[in-house]
Amino acid sequence: MQSLSINQRAAVLSVVMLVVGLLLWEVAIPQQQLATELTEYELLAGGGAPRAAVPPPSDILVRAWEELSDPFYDAGPNDKGIGIQIGYSIYRVLTGYLLAALIAIPLGFLIGMSPVAYKALNPFIQVLRPISPLAWMPLALFIIQDSEASAIFVIFICSIWPMLINTAFGVAGVRRDWVNVARTHELGALRTAFQVILPAAAPTIVTGMRISIGIAWLVIVAAEMLVGGTGIGYFVWNEWNNLDLTSVIFSILMIGVVGMLLDAAFGALQRFVAYAE
Amino acid sequence: MSNTFLSIERLTQIFPDGAGGTLTVFENASFGIEKGEFVCILGHSGCGKSTIMNILAGLAEPTSGVVKMDGFEVSGPSLDRGVVFQNYSLLPWLSALKNVTFGIKARHPDWSKDRVEAHAREFLAKVGLEGEVVHRKPSQLSGGMRQRVSIARAFANEPKLLLLDEPFGALDALTRGTIQEELLKIWRGTNQTVFMITHDIDEAILLSDRILLMTNGPHARVAESVDITIPRPRNRTEIVEHPNYYAIRNHLVHFLGERSKALAGKASGGETQSPATVRIDRTAPSATEEDAEGERRLRAVND
Repeated sequence: MQSLSINQRAAVLSVVMLVVGLLLWEVAIPQQQLATELTEYELLAGGGAPRAAVPPPSDILVRAWEELSDPFYDAGPNDKGIGIQIGYSIYRVLTGYLLAALIAIPLGFLIGMSPVAYKALNPFIQVLRPISPLAWMPLALFIIQDSEASAIFVIFICSIWPMLINTAFGVAGVRRDWVNVARTHELGALRTAFQVILPAAAPTIVTGMRISIGIAWLVIVAAEMLVGGTGIGYFVWNEWNNLDLTSVIFSILMIGVVGMLLDAAFGALQRFVAYAE
Repeated sequence: MSNTFLSIERLTQIFPDGAGGTLTVFENASFGIEKGEFVCILGHSGCGKSTIMNILAGLAEPTSGVVKMDGFEVSGPSLDRGVVFQNYSLLPWLSALKNVTFGIKARHPDWSKDRVEAHAREFLAKVGLEGEVVHRKPSQLSGGMRQRVSIARAFANEPKLLLLDEPFGALDALTRGTIQEELLKIWRGTNQTVFMITHDIDEAILLSDRILLMTNGPHARVAESVDITIPRPRNRTEIVEHPNYYAIRNHLVHFLGERSKALAGKASGGETQSPATVRIDRTAPSATEEDAEGERRLRAVND
């Protein structure tokens, strides 16, 4: 054990915890009573029907294998592969998120550069920011009249704030010295923005983008449960209505995996723009 | 004074003091710098040296007064006035080489990429940075190397006036010595006009043609302009053997220790405040007799 690095030891420990956890879960699930062991009275009283219960991990592994071996099948509105459902969710998240970035980053730049703009916009930001994105849903549905676009709007409105605030904060916090370097080199406003302020503020901006994508992925599940039709959130709710807890648990895990991958992508971007002073 | 290369005319800086009143940092300060001259300004903290520097750089506006370079009034920052900041002010996301090319690209937007890079490498080599080290980020360089990059960036742009704001203030004494000599070496080849702030008397004597002495603030003024009558090329070890060295040094120490306080705090009363020229030369034929009191033998010439 001593010869292993910290990472290797941590990996071993993770695997042990996973195996022990799954075994405990497997053992804790009460066995379904077999119909042959029941008295005639119990059978007449319906005791032989399978009772709804939390499925054991072995069932979930089997379901995961089934779903992941054919993720993109499409057998009608209520029976699509997990890949298609996640694809819809990612499409909505990225569309709403990119629209938010297109507005939040330039606007954040403006707010960060101008104390007047900051003071003027701050009250609006402070009131709008704490609103749960789902609270916008009825209004969005009424105005936009389209459930798909409403879901995208909800993603847009929830991911705009961290990006806006972090961009403004990052731009306002750019060291005076670096701006002075730009000034003494007679850089124009646009070149100062792109060659000095943007790289200087990039780590803060990307942190905001990373927070936003995390929130957007949290919100899309709830939004899709409301609007229905497609997406991983709708899939979870649909399986709940089918009382298929195995699928529910499997999709919960998939939501976690996709969220982790999105976060890892922005983590890589963060490392790319990071600099040490 | 109107035909000097850089002339500072009746420069006044008044700040609000935070309690409703005003604080006069300096008023009606006037002095000039000739082309190709290396001038240091010495004074205690808070006397307004950095304010003068920022005004010359165009990063700050004076309350009144003008700065003329080559006969034209300057306003705002310009590539004609390069600045080396005390804290280096390198862009930390760019390598040493890219920090220098950043400046050259701003100066010569029409140059090809190869020409810009060759020019940058030439000036980095002049301050002793060659090979793999130029691709390192500032965070991977020592303080001395960072300041070398900053000096290379400023010299590579060949500005008409180079402003150095306590460039060696944050460095240890040994590194400082090496970079001072590198600065002299790079300066000698260029005939560059340099205006530098420093706290270090020995550094000022080693580097400058002339030292401007400032009294303490508020109402600070540039009281004296001391000619450094030691021939070039100079180096740190030989310069102390020169007969003028300690005479000049004692004069500067006296000024900073006592007279900067004695002369401080007087309003100008609307007069133009020009520095008195002081020339101390023990090698001159008139000053042959040995005198214990160096002060008495000064030939102060007021103009």
